[in-house]
Amino acid sequence: MALKTKTSTQIGVTILGWGIALWLFFPIFWMILTSFKSEVQAISTPPKLFFMPTLSSYAEVFERANYWHFALNTVIVSVGATAVAIALAVPAAYSMAFMPSKRTRGTLLWMLSTRMLPPVGVLVPIYILARNTHLLDTCTGLAIVDMLTNLPIIVWMLYTFFREVPAPILEAGRMDGATRWQEMTMVLLPLALPGIASTALLSLILCWNEAFWSLNLTSSHAAPLTAFIASFSSPEGLFFGKLSAASTLAVAPILVFGWISQKQLVRGLTFGAVK
Amino acid sequence: MQAVLEHSPPAGATVQTAKRTGFLLLSPSVLILLVWSIVPLVMTLWYSVQNYNLVDPTLHGFAGIDNYWYLLTDPDFLHALLNTLVLVAGVLLISIGGGTLLAVLYDQEFFGRGIARIMVISPFFIMPTVSALLWKNLMLHPIYGVYSAMMRAVGLTPIDWLARFPLMTVMMIVAWEWLPFAVLILLTAVQSLDGEQREAARMDGAGPIARFRYIILPHLGRAISVVVMIETIYLLTIFAEISVTTAGGPGVASTNLAYLIYSRALLQFDVGGASAGGVVAIVIANIVAIFLVRAVARNLEA
Repeated sequence: MALKTKTSTQIGVTILGWGIALWLFFPIFWMILTSFKSEVQAISTPPKLFFMPTLSSYAEVFERANYWHFALNTVIVSVGATAVAIALAVPAAYSMAFMPSKRTRGTLLWMLSTRMLPPVGVLVPIYILARNTHLLDTCTGLAIVDMLTNLPIIVWMLYTFFREVPAPILEAGRMDGATRWQEMTMVLLPLALPGIASTALLSLILCWNEAFWSLNLTSSHAAPLTAFIASFSSPEGLFFGKLSAASTLAVAPILVFGWISQKQLVRGLTFGAVK
Repeated sequence: MQAVLEHSPPAGATVQTAKRTGFLLLSPSVLILLVWSIVPLVMTLWYSVQNYNLVDPTLHGFAGIDNYWYLLTDPDFLHALLNTLVLVAGVLLISIGGGTLLAVLYDQEFFGRGIARIMVISPFFIMPTVSALLWKNLMLHPIYGVYSAMMRAVGLTPIDWLARFPLMTVMMIVAWEWLPFAVLILLTAVQSLDGEQREAARMDGAGPIARFRYIILPHLGRAISVVVMIETIYLLTIFAEISVTTAGGPGVASTNLAYLIYSRALLQFDVGGASAGGVVAIVIANIVAIFLVRAVARNLEA
């Protein structure tokens, strides 16, 4: 009897687990599927699940827009913004976690509150500042903005990770004559590496998908993949094949990257922020 | 040099040095964030009291509170404000509620759980412009969309979701993007829960609902705070999803504050009015932030 309820619960959980997963994943699956259809197949009613796959949509997308140009911009901006933000945030989080003062808590909350500033509220000044400093439509300009918008979250996440590292370990290092710099690079960083890695992963994902500043601060030269995809939206509305191919190209790198690093992301989060 | 300085100085000096080092390490981040948060804010404040329209150069000079008056008495503004709050609250409810249930579900052992989890988390990696286009065209298009085809298959008339229920549809699209994030964080928290504690509760005869209510839920407080914190930051400023799907319409049915200001600034070239809107958006964000930080800070410090 007990065994029977257990098996039926097991079956229920399996069906529910797979059902919800398939439902949530379906739009992505359908996008990839549609990208291999011809335009006629893409809008056939009822929609086709089985068909002769073709690469014609991809060929047309590559012909119309320089995908690599957009992809390279996205990689430069995301990696650049994340690297600089981590480099700035590590010392800040180290200072907050191991040399806390009366103001530490307030500083942290203030940092997070700067992130609540709605980008649209400062769109006009940032646009004008970027134009006057010739940073408009450059990777540097966009990376700076992305870095600044993510910095508070990165500092906060690193702070929570660093707090999990027992202070006596660092003190032991100092007893042995380690400088602050050595203490940070040789003792703390290896210990907090999973946390730093998952913070960097999250930052990369957020930068990669950032749309507001990308669309407003770039036009052609530094336009990232978010802009690439927006250019396929309005006039090509009904060309589902091309739209899907362009979308798949825009999300594929980060999706695959996310799948691979998913375990690391979770391991890092378990280590600190949400423990 | 550094090593010499740090090498067993007198006790009082150590505290002093530590304080100074702490300050030095913290200051780069604080400084650039200070500049980043103050300079544009001051500029926005300045523009917001100016007559400044890019297509009408004859109109300039001090405007006083005209821009604010014009904005705050505009019925569109109230509508946009309400839409903003509905979007934030709705998506938070869906992602926290759904996320908690899904976290418990995907904590259970079942066949192929690893792959199912990856599928659930995947929408978080999709950029907003793509997910908006995906839902608008491939899923919900009244003629060619898959959902419409399914409705026809069971004898229903397909609904033009984005025209009939614009705000709700945008909310569902945004929730689809952010629910996975909540699942990711909450699942991590559920898994860090001590297995022995749960086993003990089971032994004591606690049913699944009691175990969820008294063991799992209290444990999730901090994780829920993290989700609320990060998601609210992003939800207050939803932009791409609206821009791609409805462009705020029909009328202002799906216009939030971010989109309203955008349409003022970049579509009507009214820098003064847009800046006034920006200031109002900042004030509102800060009100939300105060409530949020109060509620969440306790959990974050734990």
